[in-house]
Amino acid sequence: MMGQTTWLQRNGRRIVVALPLIWLIVFFFLPLIEVAQTSFTMPRRGIPPFEPLWGFGKDGFFTNFNLENYALLLEYWQDYLGPAGNSIRLALFSTIICLVFAYPMAWWIARSDPRQRAMLLVLVMLPFWTSSLLRIYALIGLLNPNGFINTMLLFLGVIDAPLRMMQTDFSIYMGMLLTYLPLMILPLYATMIRLDDDLLDAAADLGAGRVAVFRTVVLPLTMPGIIAGSLLVFIPAVGEFVIPALLGGPDQMMIGKVLWTEFFRSRDWPVASALAVLLLIILAVPIIYARYQDGRTTALDQQYDEAQQNDIKPGAA
Amino acid sequence: MAPFIRIENVTRRFGDVVAVDDLSLDIEKAELFCLLGASGCGKTTLLRMLAGFETVDSGRIEIDGIDMASVPAAARPVNIMFQNYALFPHMSVANNIAYGLRRARMAESEIRTRVEELLRLVRLTGMDDRRPHQLSGGQRQRVALARALARRPKLLLLDEPLAALDKKLREDTQFELVDIQEKLETTFIVVTHDQEEAMTLASRIGVMDAGKLVQVDSPRQLYDRPGNRFIADFLGSVSFLDGIVTGAKDGLLEIDAKIPVLALDPGGFSVGQPVSLAIRPEKINLSRSRGKAANNIPISIVDMAFTGVASNYRVSGPNGIMLKTTQPNQRGEDAPMEWEEQGFASFDPADVVLLQD
Repeated sequence: MMGQTTWLQRNGRRIVVALPLIWLIVFFFLPLIEVAQTSFTMPRRGIPPFEPLWGFGKDGFFTNFNLENYALLLEYWQDYLGPAGNSIRLALFSTIICLVFAYPMAWWIARSDPRQRAMLLVLVMLPFWTSSLLRIYALIGLLNPNGFINTMLLFLGVIDAPLRMMQTDFSIYMGMLLTYLPLMILPLYATMIRLDDDLLDAAADLGAGRVAVFRTVVLPLTMPGIIAGSLLVFIPAVGEFVIPALLGGPDQMMIGKVLWTEFFRSRDWPVASALAVLLLIILAVPIIYARYQDGRTTALDQQYDEAQQNDIKPGAA
Repeated sequence: MAPFIRIENVTRRFGDVVAVDDLSLDIEKAELFCLLGASGCGKTTLLRMLAGFETVDSGRIEIDGIDMASVPAAARPVNIMFQNYALFPHMSVANNIAYGLRRARMAESEIRTRVEELLRLVRLTGMDDRRPHQLSGGQRQRVALARALARRPKLLLLDEPLAALDKKLREDTQFELVDIQEKLETTFIVVTHDQEEAMTLASRIGVMDAGKLVQVDSPRQLYDRPGNRFIADFLGSVSFLDGIVTGAKDGLLEIDAKIPVLALDPGGFSVGQPVSLAIRPEKINLSRSRGKAANNIPISIVDMAFTGVASNYRVSGPNGIMLKTTQPNQRGEDAPMEWEEQGFASFDPADVVLLQD
């Protein structure tokens, strides 16, 4: 009937939003709350290995809230500072290395023939379709003292003794680059593909050399991509401990490994949770700020695009 | 004296396509020249070669006596205003305009005065801090103009400067652009596919087709005396008749174009020669009785469209000929002719353009 809408039509949009929202609440937000709660409990033997934070006992409702885990972390902060520093340094350098490699690659893809672009993007994403662990083992096979590269170089007579590539910073960052490069390329590509060629011509026309064009036009306009890509690499890289464990030496203690040890070796869930919460706070604050800045520029771009669509009608007669 | 801009036998190919084909053109100082042509005729390529974004395959381009072959875009005394304006979205209006001055390492205090001066010129005073996305289409166009003029180029290139504006705004902007050009006495080259834009802006128009210049003339000459059928058709509305010259006397040619037509003899035509006749719609007068002009053709109205200032008619004559005509809507005249009415179409022999092809 005209003018009548069904319940589904009226609430369709809400349902579409609600389903992923419920998913996020159940599988992301609730576990996060659980971790936060656990960080305020006391450890015990049993399953789960911590006292309940609150509940209903013989005397009715009780809470068992304490800050001892945090006090413990603060007391032994020097033990955690090393791994935290290792992790942040690893994440930072990985981000920078990925950026250095990804920027020209993304630029090249964005400037290449549209017919080739799809193929090049598939090539970028291709490694994601295999297990990352497998790729790391493949890398070990390449870098080992008796691996492919050393064998080839020895055979060709370039070197007399095998190069030590495994268990070095080189091997760790090779692994990080291999794993995280696509995460940097894709957001960079997304901003570069939207960059108007005329802007580069306009800058050159107004007397800007190549360096000036890059500094004054390309860099500021691709900044949203740089920020997005850096966050996509940095955030998971901080928690990374498999790659340094497999490719690095035994001295490479990462905060992710510490967390893992606290949870599974020591079975001290409360302290591990407290550590996770602290890390989250330390990392989330600057990142949320950065996302906020990014969001502002994106909103600005959108306004600009809309304004163009609304008032400029190319070819309007 | 050598012309200010000399384009000499310039050719540019893209693969098998010849975008600009052995083209030569001289442009005088302080001229407002317009390159007119349909899209793909090579006008934009020529513009980009002048700006230095495209290389020249053969031939040479000279600006103010200097060969531009080895001068990169950034160093040419040429600036360009892009069709989509290409304003830097991350910079304020003032910084957009100052961009070229900063690259020239001008002192900040000087830059400020110059930017103020330019904002006044394009009537955007007080808009310094706005971002491009906060401006209307017309304002953006003027920022682009100010930015292109900032370095006092000897030559300003404008790529479809008015295409992105709506009709009303375009009319105002046309006059403004001409005013600014006259005030600054900078040489302007405008590229456009819009013949009306070309006619109102330019002192001279070069019509391009397939990489070649077909005719270079003043707007009035091009319109009244087009060199060939392509130009007559491209510039405004026109009726074509095909015929054969049958006689000549007293400076007039008699032509048989399914109907007898008298045309002013421009010279160079002989009896028996086939010709094309082009007649502009506003040169044909419609009336219910025979007119005074030498050519009078009995017609009936096929179509009529009222446009405001005038009405456009399509009329049919003897032997299946069709004419387009425009009649002004004046006061005190006879009531305008309507559909299906019979009457006469009359036009002066001087208004018949004879074309060889």
